[in-house]
Amino acid sequence: MSNIDPVLLLSALIVVSTPILLAAIGELVVERAGVLNLGVEGMMITGAVCGFVVATASGSPWLGFAGAALGAAALSMVFGVLTQVFLSNQVATGLALTLFGLGLSALLGQGYIGVKGPSVPDLYLPLLRDIPVLGPVLFRHDIIVYLALGIVAGVAWFLNRSRAGRVLRAVGENHDAAHALGYKVVRVRLMAIAFGGACAGLGGAYLSLVRVPQWTEGMTAGAGWIALAIVVFASWRPGRLVLGAWLFGGTTALQLALQASGGVQIPIEYLQMAPYLATILVLVILRTGRAPGSLGRSFHASS
Amino acid sequence: MIRLERRPEPSRAWTLATPFVAVALTMVAGGLLFAMLGKDPVAAIRTIFWDPLFGDFASYSRPQLLVKAGPLILIAIGLSLGFKAGIWNIGAEGQYILGAIFAAATGLAIYPAESWIVFPAMIVAGALGGLLWAMIPALLKVRFGTNEVLVSLMLVYVAEALLASMSLGLLRNPEGMGFPGSRNLSQYPSAANLELLPNTGMHWGVLLAFVAVIVAQVVMARHQLGYRIRLAGESPRAAVFGGVNPGRLVVICMGISGALAGLAGMFEVAGPAGRLSIDFNVGYGFTAIIVAFLGRLNPVGILLAGLLMALTYIGGELAQLQMNLPLAAIQMFQGMLLFFLLAVDLLTHFRFRLGRGAVA
Repeated sequence: MSNIDPVLLLSALIVVSTPILLAAIGELVVERAGVLNLGVEGMMITGAVCGFVVATASGSPWLGFAGAALGAAALSMVFGVLTQVFLSNQVATGLALTLFGLGLSALLGQGYIGVKGPSVPDLYLPLLRDIPVLGPVLFRHDIIVYLALGIVAGVAWFLNRSRAGRVLRAVGENHDAAHALGYKVVRVRLMAIAFGGACAGLGGAYLSLVRVPQWTEGMTAGAGWIALAIVVFASWRPGRLVLGAWLFGGTTALQLALQASGGVQIPIEYLQMAPYLATILVLVILRTGRAPGSLGRSFHASS
Repeated sequence: MIRLERRPEPSRAWTLATPFVAVALTMVAGGLLFAMLGKDPVAAIRTIFWDPLFGDFASYSRPQLLVKAGPLILIAIGLSLGFKAGIWNIGAEGQYILGAIFAAATGLAIYPAESWIVFPAMIVAGALGGLLWAMIPALLKVRFGTNEVLVSLMLVYVAEALLASMSLGLLRNPEGMGFPGSRNLSQYPSAANLELLPNTGMHWGVLLAFVAVIVAQVVMARHQLGYRIRLAGESPRAAVFGGVNPGRLVVICMGISGALAGLAGMFEVAGPAGRLSIDFNVGYGFTAIIVAFLGRLNPVGILLAGLLMALTYIGGELAQLQMNLPLAAIQMFQGMLLFFLLAVDLLTHFRFRLGRGAVA
């Protein structure tokens, strides 16, 4: 244990938690609008491959991130149209989206296995980066890390302070009442689903462009599902979402550090279980708040 | 103006027709997608759906149909009970792995003694492994109200890590020159799950899958449990008033699906796969979800859907060899099939009406 540097560990925590935070904040908005999209994993991996392909083709990681957000948002619209227009079961459609995304990404990324993508530079923050401990932990990351936290803050503001956010919450709590008040339930939900897709795509691209950074089949390895778990853990509130993502990021970072240090006699396979077991434990221990009232139910105006 | 109107009752004709429409639409859309990727669409569709049965190597691939359909049907039958009741066991892949680990461990513990008891003992162990793994999300849901979708799924990743650990450590073949993977159980006569009829792919697991179809059909149509499952799925509140204990139903449905998935893993490790290895699981647990839906959660439907999905698996392998398509492309195909099924399903519950009706 002695050769694990706590500063490096905390710094890794921030990086590891970012893709999950991004995917989770998107899903949080989707669920607050009353839609349960279990396809986060599929959208994330589609984002991962789109981001990697666009970034290597253009040489610009930023175009890669944009492509990832667009690609995953486009994929999320398949889910949106099926659940909102064709009124399909959301659980089944979400699962189909995950399977489809995993397959599609493998197909798209076929020629990119082992290719090196462009690197993402760290944001240079003078003075701040030189603060002892806090500097390396908080202020020596790439811009996406800060963008993720910015999105969380933006979503918190949007949901609690803005009129549009109140409409979105009304739609999620009781879609029949919201419809009676004249709000466009389906339109609001489609926009929320697209936002969720874009965020999941950014999260996936962060994996393939920063965290790994490479393209491999199935590289999200359950990150999308963990994002879903963190939304439940956070009781659908953005603030607690960050906590959940860091908790998971911390477990993963610690697990990786233990693997690297070689100081402990635990087989790697058991260390790899830790983040998943920690997520289950957190789901069990923490009492979560009430889910949005219309979560997972189909809306049809005449019924 | 066209508008949707909810049917008073689901349309029986559309219930039967939707899977076929969905398959046809998938072929068209899949072909378009392959064309966009620069592959010959007609050749791709033929390789996936036609060649496994009637192509040049069909004598090899035809028996594979039952080998692959067996586990899919067995798992999907179990899942369909829960899905009907609104209980979502998504972690069948993990339960499948645990069934295989338990069964292999049992067989290898007795190795190399020959006795008739080995194979039955492995069957019990396999069912138990899957059952225990499924009990984790079931009991957590009943006791703490945790979401069974998330927990059962997390446990798939845990099971995969456990499988890797077993193949590299405890259950590694001591005579395997250090390569990962267990002894080959299909070469251990007492444990082997052999082909019952030569060149058909028929083994004990396939036989059990057929039995499961019949039993499920009877249970759903005649037994009290089937009635409770349907009631809980259609109206959870009415079910509680009708004397259904929701917690018990969760445990029963998760237990049955877990045990069946475990059995599927057992028959696989003792037969077609032969041994535990890191890449033992190939996604049957996830594909079975599609099989269950494609079969309309109906046992006979699942039987047919399982055969169709098995066909796409074999076709996918052929397409990988002959057309250099990644194996995961078939997963995309399967996801697409489910998309179309869910979309076309609209017609089962709604109908289109022309003109303006009464204001809702």
